[in-house]
Amino acid sequence: MLSIKNLHASIEGTPILRGINLEVKAGEVHAIMGPNGSGKSTLASVLAGREEYEVTEGEVTFKGKDLLDLAPEDRAREGVFLAFQYPVEIPGVSSTNFLRTAVNQVREYRGLEALDAVKFLSLMKEKMKLVEIDQKLLSRALNEGFSGGEKKRNEIFQMAMLEPSLSILDETDSGLDIDALRIVSNGVNQLKSADNATIVVTHYQRLLDYIVPDYVHVLYKGRIVKSGTKELALELEEKGYDWIKEEVDSAATV
Amino acid sequence: MSTLTTQDTLTPLFEGAPADFSSERALAKESFYTQGLPAVKAEEYKFTQIARKLEKEISDFNPAKPVSITEEMVKTAIFEGFVGYILVLNNGKLEEELSQLPSEVSISALSNQEIGSIAKPSKDAFVALNQASFVEGLAISVPKKTQVEKPILILSFAKASAGQVVQPRIWIEAGDFAEVTFIEKTILLGEDKVFSNQVVEIKGAINSKIHYYRLQNEGDQAIEVSNIETDIQKDSQFTAVTISLSGDMVRNNLNLNLLGSNSEGNMYGLYLLNGKTHVDNHTNVDHTIPHAESNELYKGILADQSRGVFNGKIFVRQDAQKTNAFQQNNNILLSEDAVINTKPQLEIWADDVKCSHGCTTGQLDEEALFYLQARGIDKTQAKGLLLYAFAGEVLEHIEDESFHDYCVSLVQERLGSKF
Repeated sequence: MLSIKNLHASIEGTPILRGINLEVKAGEVHAIMGPNGSGKSTLASVLAGREEYEVTEGEVTFKGKDLLDLAPEDRAREGVFLAFQYPVEIPGVSSTNFLRTAVNQVREYRGLEALDAVKFLSLMKEKMKLVEIDQKLLSRALNEGFSGGEKKRNEIFQMAMLEPSLSILDETDSGLDIDALRIVSNGVNQLKSADNATIVVTHYQRLLDYIVPDYVHVLYKGRIVKSGTKELALELEEKGYDWIKEEVDSAATV
Repeated sequence: MSTLTTQDTLTPLFEGAPADFSSERALAKESFYTQGLPAVKAEEYKFTQIARKLEKEISDFNPAKPVSITEEMVKTAIFEGFVGYILVLNNGKLEEELSQLPSEVSISALSNQEIGSIAKPSKDAFVALNQASFVEGLAISVPKKTQVEKPILILSFAKASAGQVVQPRIWIEAGDFAEVTFIEKTILLGEDKVFSNQVVEIKGAINSKIHYYRLQNEGDQAIEVSNIETDIQKDSQFTAVTISLSGDMVRNNLNLNLLGSNSEGNMYGLYLLNGKTHVDNHTNVDHTIPHAESNELYKGILADQSRGVFNGKIFVRQDAQKTNAFQQNNNILLSEDAVINTKPQLEIWADDVKCSHGCTTGQLDEEALFYLQARGIDKTQAKGLLLYAFAGEVLEHIEDESFHDYCVSLVQERLGSKF
């Protein structure tokens, strides 16, 4: 579904990603872990099309299309979804209107009929249950005054509404208490199917107790330096990142 | 002083004035010549070179004569969904035949009102000019305890050939416990530039409630100075909403005098400018007594080479303890060439008050834009959505539903955000 080859990206001339290679197939869950500043969030942002990052080398194909060639909105319509680390508060834009516009633009792109108000509301009701989100929250302006946990739940709710084939969760666990973490993870797990894939970007192993990955990759200095199964995450939890840093850094000096 | 004042250019305007209000006119004329039109460096007009604009664009300083207005034109000017009364002005003169006036309100040509007692000619040269040379004014009086249930739409038609002067003059009085809503919309006819210099004096008695909504969307012909000054008494409420969408050069002077305790003054404005439009909102709230409140919110979105000016003065006198005064001005600049000059001006002499002000100027929030795009919303539409969300906060203060919806549709059309 997603194929990343030798991806290099920089921001304001500073290289962050220095040759990422990753293959993600339908039905898989990949975790990207790594110390702070290793480029995890950059990778998520580049995939979603954030303009500040410049791709200097490499290619990304998504369902056979050149992903880097698409505008952010077209990536979303093709089925890429980024759950933001810091969801943006947008005063004056009602959550419901925003979501209806988004859902219908995505549907139109996919050749589906626009949902009328009734159908849209019933879809909303159904998906709201997934993340135990309160209707009252959705009658407010988008994310405005939401708590950290509410914002993250709203991200997963939007994900449920847009039915992406590739979801990228960028540090979705940051700032969540254990109950919120459970609710958010439940939502993600229920949305998982044989046809879609998930990339979980996280610093801690904690989230992976709930969303169990098929593969774990460690990102360091802009490269994937180690890949393994979920056991790798447990090892990292126990030993920290230093042993990997040492391994990589000593290899580099040889 | 502008050369327009030192030479005889303006003489036809004074000579064309009728004989009524002779002492008020004489006084105003003298005051006008004492002040002169604001010179290039005049502090109150330094960002809005209106005298220079007049020198360049207006060649004939005769008062514009009434023109022909048909029922069809009136019909076209009324926006969809409007339910209420119609008051038609023809270059400032009341057209009774074309109007549908409420029977409970007295509306007639201005005759024996105390003009100049609220908008004082000594305070502003344009007010003085109007008082000295307006052709025919209008007096609206809402008797006490009268609630005019439907809004009164003032359709002000103006036409000038080769640049003449239109000077509407309106006196509005609301008695004790009276309630009334006005919607003012100007329609410019013909192709020529029009210099409109309007004065509206509003007097709200005890417990009265007045709304004054305005839409400025006359296109590039409009060179306009509008002076609205309001005195309100105890327990009364006055709300002004000014929506400016186009014009050549527009200056709005809005002055609000809170003269009784528990009175409340609200001033809201939205300016959505493009091309070379220049809109200047100067507001002034005078808290003279304790326990009064004022709220002010002006927002601007400026594109192309447009220019906006906001100057908000709040004056809290020594006696005006327990004043609540809030002011906010926010701007979004959409182009490198757009300019906003904004200045909050608070002068507080009382020591037990709550006053706040804030102003911001920035670009569209890129992070918010990306967020919307990342959810599949087209970039152009996402921009429109964000801008509309920004502007909508002002439009919410329009209580009349049809006028609110009309403004929303104009704003959405401008922002390309049908939604």
